[in-house]
Amino acid sequence: MSLKVKALKKSLWVFHLSTASCNNCDIEILDLLTPRHDVERFGIVLVGSIKHADVLLVTGIVNKKCKPIVKKLYDQMPKPGFVVAVGTCSAGRGMFENTYMVDEHEPLDKVIPVDAYIPGCPPKPEAIIDGIVKLLKK
Amino acid sequence: MKFFVYMMEFIIFPGFLFTATVGLLASWVDRKVTARIQYRMGPPWYQGFADIVKLLGKETLLPSGASKHFFLFAPLLGLAGVTLVSSFLWIANIDGNKSFVGDIVVALYLLTLPAISLILAGFASNNPVASIGSSREIKLVLSYELPFILAIVVPIIKSGGSISINGILSNQAANGMTASSLSGFIALLVGILCMQAKLGLVPFDISEAETELTGGPIIDYSGAPLAVFKLTKAMLLFTVPVFLIVVFMGGIAVSGISILWSTLKYVMLLVIIILIRNTNPRLRIDQALRFFWGPVTGLAVVAVVLALFGL
Repeated sequence: MSLKVKALKKSLWVFHLSTASCNNCDIEILDLLTPRHDVERFGIVLVGSIKHADVLLVTGIVNKKCKPIVKKLYDQMPKPGFVVAVGTCSAGRGMFENTYMVDEHEPLDKVIPVDAYIPGCPPKPEAIIDGIVKLLKK
Repeated sequence: MKFFVYMMEFIIFPGFLFTATVGLLASWVDRKVTARIQYRMGPPWYQGFADIVKLLGKETLLPSGASKHFFLFAPLLGLAGVTLVSSFLWIANIDGNKSFVGDIVVALYLLTLPAISLILAGFASNNPVASIGSSREIKLVLSYELPFILAIVVPIIKSGGSISINGILSNQAANGMTASSLSGFIALLVGILCMQAKLGLVPFDISEAETELTGGPIIDYSGAPLAVFKLTKAMLLFTVPVFLIVVFMGGIAVSGISILWSTLKYVMLLVIIILIRNTNPRLRIDQALRFFWGPVTGLAVVAVVLALFGL
């Protein structure tokens, strides 16, 4: 494994994108930064700008309004970078699958390539950490 | 041959590599202590190095409409400035004869370069948020430079008007450190407050303001230029305290047991920085300006007057 990949695995900077989610997943993500789960011990920090990020973390269904924004943000992320879909909504759209505000047959992974899915409504912080570990092992 | 030695000094020992290594370790100490204060574990010791190597391996994106040359040149300017200051300070510390008249003034100027590089970067990236960050950085520089320079005048007066690092150091070696006198102590306090602003840490991280400006001037940077900015910041975290140690606290000894005492001085300043950073909220830019031009400049003037009376 090259030095570049090793360093990338030790310092993931996360940009958190909430596409019309109900904020439950967002709160669970904030839980990761609290003393109990503290993901900074793996070098994971939240950053404010997508240009600094290695991971685009998407919560919520990708509806018609959000789709171009998600695409644009993915293009702006410097590669190599990953996309993680947190929650049932962004992974498979859950109960919103056949509603009027989403394009049919276009969940998140049809819009941008997704590297890891973390299902749950909302997923537990432990589940999110588990998902990230699985992503790093890949 | 002489050129070769100078290059070695600039790139390896007191210069770039040494400062970068210690600076990145210091930034780790900063993050670890912050985490412990918040009852968290904190990152492992190599975190700073991992961040820099990772950023170097990433793609560099140019924002559309940005001034390409300034955008890529700005980070290097800051890095060159902080490397030069560090080399100056250490070379003057190790071998007093290499210090020249006026090098403290040069060091003062060069210490402003990282701030100027941030300003350039913000304006070059064609981003409204970055421009706001840059304009705040300009105001911040204007506000803290005045008391900082007044504070540096105190040790110059103490050493009988000598404006070389060596003069100030040898005076302190003869008469005890500057900070042991009343005026020197007040000036050191002013210097610590200005250092916090120079490093761009809370409460004076007004230009970067993670929560409102999301990085400020460096919002559009990615990959290697961002790595250079982060590295400059880490190196400043080492260089500015060393500058204060040289000017106020008797310099750094590089031989025998006194290395420990020198390290202790640096760690003490670092802990003060971290404690200020963790116990204060961010100020607004007008509050910062009023703070620096009001009470802090007042303190600095008092220190200069006391120094003139020989206290």
